[in-house]
Amino acid sequence: MDDGGSIARLGLPPYLRSKLLACGYSSIADLHGASPLDLARDASISSDEALSVLRRIGATPAPIAGAKTAWDLMSFDRSRSRIGTGCSGLDRVFGGGVASKELTEICGAPGIGKTQLGMQLAINVQLPRSLGGLNGHAVYIDTEGSFMMERVLQMAQRSALVTPDQSVESLLSHIFYFRVFDSTEQIATINSLNKFLEEHKEVKLLVIDSVTFHFRQDFHDLALRARLLNSMAQKLMALAHHHELAVVLVNQVTTKGNGEIRPALGESWSHACTNRVILRWEGGKRQACMFKSPSLPPAKSSFSITTRGIGE
Amino acid sequence: MANRSIARMGLDEAVVRLFAARKIHNAKDALGLTEMELMELLDMPMDSFEAALARINKSVCPPFKTVLSIVQMRSKNEVAMGHLSTTLKLLDDALCGGIPFGVITELVGPPGIGKTQLCLTLSIQTVIPTSFGGLGGSVVYIDTERKFSTTRMMQIGSHKYPGIFCNEASVREIAQRMMILTPTSAPELVESLQKLQSIIPEDNVKLLVIDSIATLLEGDNEDEIFERQELLGKQASLLKYLAESWRLPVVVTNHVRASGTYEGYGDGESELWVALGTAWAHAVNIRLVLEVREGRRCIRIAKCPVSPAIAMPFLVTSYGMEIDGNEFWQVSEQDVMAVYRNYDGDDDEEIIRFN
Repeated sequence: MDDGGSIARLGLPPYLRSKLLACGYSSIADLHGASPLDLARDASISSDEALSVLRRIGATPAPIAGAKTAWDLMSFDRSRSRIGTGCSGLDRVFGGGVASKELTEICGAPGIGKTQLGMQLAINVQLPRSLGGLNGHAVYIDTEGSFMMERVLQMAQRSALVTPDQSVESLLSHIFYFRVFDSTEQIATINSLNKFLEEHKEVKLLVIDSVTFHFRQDFHDLALRARLLNSMAQKLMALAHHHELAVVLVNQVTTKGNGEIRPALGESWSHACTNRVILRWEGGKRQACMFKSPSLPPAKSSFSITTRGIGE
Repeated sequence: MANRSIARMGLDEAVVRLFAARKIHNAKDALGLTEMELMELLDMPMDSFEAALARINKSVCPPFKTVLSIVQMRSKNEVAMGHLSTTLKLLDDALCGGIPFGVITELVGPPGIGKTQLCLTLSIQTVIPTSFGGLGGSVVYIDTERKFSTTRMMQIGSHKYPGIFCNEASVREIAQRMMILTPTSAPELVESLQKLQSIIPEDNVKLLVIDSIATLLEGDNEDEIFERQELLGKQASLLKYLAESWRLPVVVTNHVRASGTYEGYGDGESELWVALGTAWAHAVNIRLVLEVREGRRCIRIAKCPVSPAIAMPFLVTSYGMEIDGNEFWQVSEQDVMAVYRNYDGDDDEEIIRFN
């Protein structure tokens, strides 16, 4: 930016120059910090003229920090990676697979397959891109002990059959398992993830199973609970973006008086996740429905759980 | 972990005092507020606040392990990769070896169907020596309905393991390793569970049975629902903590009730529902339902991450429980909350024969 000297140096047309001088702008330094509208009003000139003056002194308006154009976002979307679930219908519900850089919530009744899906994704993220993976590693935060090693072993054994260079041992060695026993540990672990992820750059998936369990019982003050959950969601979103992770949050359901089920953790939590998928039984089959997403339609698909993992 | 004191986290004395002055004494106090709220409360310089918080988080965050290291450790150190045999081969096969260590396995069914029988069988399996296929450890049996029968235990034991149950000295040795607790109220139950933290390692406890968990925690009083759910949640957390820290199989029995509905479960024909609600159902890892199908008692795997939903008929005999016949059914996986009074059979269900 041009700092010194009188406005005479700017090469402005005389009428502009005299208007500026008349309202007190005699040196270039005087023009710093003036907004186009203020200058226009003070000097009785049009805002276009004011803008042209400011441009001459090099004071071009700075872009708003953090703002992106829709074009930037479109390129960002195209490059977004997705993790396949092992069931094409389910992948379709997720818009091609579970997306990176987003928070996806999976909720459903007991026994429907939430943990199964979480475990399957922890295996699948490791697969090569040609098989729906991201060649990445996984972090699994287990808050209620649902993660069963025997089952992950079964799933790894199936995967290893189709990926000869990824043995069962290799697949199991790239799932980092944290067991947290209360809400304090859960919060501390999430707060510590940034450092962990800096040290383990290949992690591309974070599963928290379930995000609900401890928050349903440790809190009497529901307003505080909502604030803590909100803060947690923001941190997770930041991690998802900064480290290019797919973040999957397993949520439980509660039963209303009339027997109807709905996602746990209340209204305010329902805004936290980018995508919400509900798993439920319909017509004797497991169904997944995407019911909240900024960009995907409310799709539905059935899936199954076999001895080897998630299937069609 | 929530209780870990701020004073023991390696923070500066001055910082600890500042926290204490604002009544922040332990991890839960510090992390139970949002960062902004904590910052407001403490009014500390930004960088020392962030450093202190980083220290607290690091101190409370549990260590991580890779799944591989856990699997390898269990293969090496544990019987059947961490499973307690039910002595019902078909059930053991479906559960990858038996009742798993480290998780909560629930047995649910109407009164008299055989839940306690299975608990007795598992208790015997735990106390008999490893040379006989058992775990050679002790059992803590929390008996809330006074159903533990020493006569029945002797009967099952002497039929299955006559070699051990034939003489008084070995019976005494084994029987002394079964600890029976009889709490009469929910707070007493909680207290018993908390005492277990030291009993488990001292007495080489290898199985925890709670028969039944519903008795003291059920209730019809609508006003108490919130407190009851909270108590149940705390019980579940405590049980999981005990199960996982000590790699114990934890077996709990649960009741059924006639009323209430659960959306998305059953097909309307079932008249019985598992007690204690959906939050509890989320908490158990494995749910085995004992019910009647086509006039026969069956044990059905209703919720289990490692096995398909199958139901197998059984008989209650002097050997405890035995699988009846050589068929089992592949059933709907949907009936996690339903218990059939007498299921009439479904042509769509696959019958599988085995030898």
